[in-house]
Amino acid sequence: MAEAKSDAFSADLALALYWEAARASRLLLKHCRDCGKTHYYPRPLCVFCMSANTDWLEAAGVGTIYSWSVERRATPPYAIAFVTLPEGPTLLTAIVDCDLDALAIGQHVTLGFETREGQPVPVFRPA
Amino acid sequence: MSIQGKAYIAGIYEHPTRKAEGIPIAQLHAEVAKGALEDAGLSVGDVDAYFCAGDAPGLGALSMADYLGLEVRHVDTTETGGSSYLVHVNHAAQAIAAGKCRVALITLAGKPRTGGAQPGRAPMAMQPPDAPFELPFKPSVLNVYAMCARRHMHDYGTTPEQLAWIKVAASHHAQHNPHAMLREVVTVADVVNSPIVADPLHRLDCCVVSDGGGAVVVVAPEIAAALKRPKVRLLGAGEAIKHMQGGQVDLSFSAGKWSAAKAFEEAGIRPADIKYASLYDSFTITVLMQIEDIGFCEKGQGGRFVADGNLISGIGKLPFNTDGGGLCNNHPGNRGGMTKVLEVVRQLRGEAHPAVQVKNCNVALAHGTGGFLGIRHGSATLILERV
Repeated sequence: MAEAKSDAFSADLALALYWEAARASRLLLKHCRDCGKTHYYPRPLCVFCMSANTDWLEAAGVGTIYSWSVERRATPPYAIAFVTLPEGPTLLTAIVDCDLDALAIGQHVTLGFETREGQPVPVFRPA
Repeated sequence: MSIQGKAYIAGIYEHPTRKAEGIPIAQLHAEVAKGALEDAGLSVGDVDAYFCAGDAPGLGALSMADYLGLEVRHVDTTETGGSSYLVHVNHAAQAIAAGKCRVALITLAGKPRTGGAQPGRAPMAMQPPDAPFELPFKPSVLNVYAMCARRHMHDYGTTPEQLAWIKVAASHHAQHNPHAMLREVVTVADVVNSPIVADPLHRLDCCVVSDGGGAVVVVAPEIAAALKRPKVRLLGAGEAIKHMQGGQVDLSFSAGKWSAAKAFEEAGIRPADIKYASLYDSFTITVLMQIEDIGFCEKGQGGRFVADGNLISGIGKLPFNTDGGGLCNNHPGNRGGMTKVLEVVRQLRGEAHPAVQVKNCNVALAHGTGGFLGIRHGSATLILERV
């Protein structure tokens, strides 16, 4: 079961809803009610204005590749990327289930979740 | 308060080892400390300030002051990755200018080849808050710097061949350094035909992995005046941190844009006045972005600027890393900031290898980028002059 490792992450009370959503394959971003900006990775205090008046915003689940690389020395090779969401933030993530030789900046990708070391993590696939 | 003219670099030392089998990190720190103090003509009893970063074992300055037998009244353990040691020179100058100390010792040592530490991974006292949102995707120094290169190619048309020229220039310098790990002169074709390690970076776009270390002694003007070594004076310095900005990621520039601007303002000179530059060279892309951000050329023109040997001493307009740099000589402890300071001092003293010594090198720059360019990194810029 994934529960044992996930407990370490849900021990952070401010992120409990984030991990609960992630386990349901939903990506939550942090939105500030005071400055109106959306940030990721999520913090309880807004990273732009330090307001505590923040709430969660669910990502629509689409994005475009801002930059990417393939770690060729790994077995098997894997793709890492920055993906920009329409909600604003660009996040570090993985591109999976893809042709590693056909990735491109500007490529449209869609959100999925994988469990890595017991932790549900947001990854993207070519749209 | 400005540091301009308030502090001098009086002693330097680069450990000759590149593979320190059987030598613990603390001993490497001690050997480079001894070397730099002897170079300056000072003794350990003269040291009244000590600077080290995350590479120092145990409780950093506490463990090392104990091991080295230091009695200090000022201590600084600022950690900005591989750029830490340039920051330390700035902070030492500030402390000297404020009257807090007169002889500051800065040491670095590391053993990524024989000590078990993973290349690019400094010891972490605690899990950082970003870890669960980044580590599952297996970011490495290779693939993160590669993403900066990929974006630069997309935005500005930079080519692998242009990046390769940076390695070619470093290899031209390294052939004259008997301690360099890679002394063979390479060509653009050699670089672009070496295996891709992380698209679009090739194996020869990367620095070496080496054991070793280095040390610097920064002193007050009255101490420098009493010493017999050539006098190298701080003119200006700047430091800055750039991070993920809450997700507003912009890979087009580094924190060097901010640190260099502060350094030039303090020094009262312009990039065109610089005769030699030590530039952090973990990867070829690191050098390219720094050249643009420091202002040696316009943003996006770095590829054209570095091509055709423009960084080779005696040939190009901006001789860089004449010791062979991290790309060919030494990148001790995966932290290249210290060696950047050492070579800029050699150049200003006129003590670089004659084949690479820049003529009339009276004003020079050293710049570092620590951490992960593209994720979070600390930049530091030093501008120095020969008096």
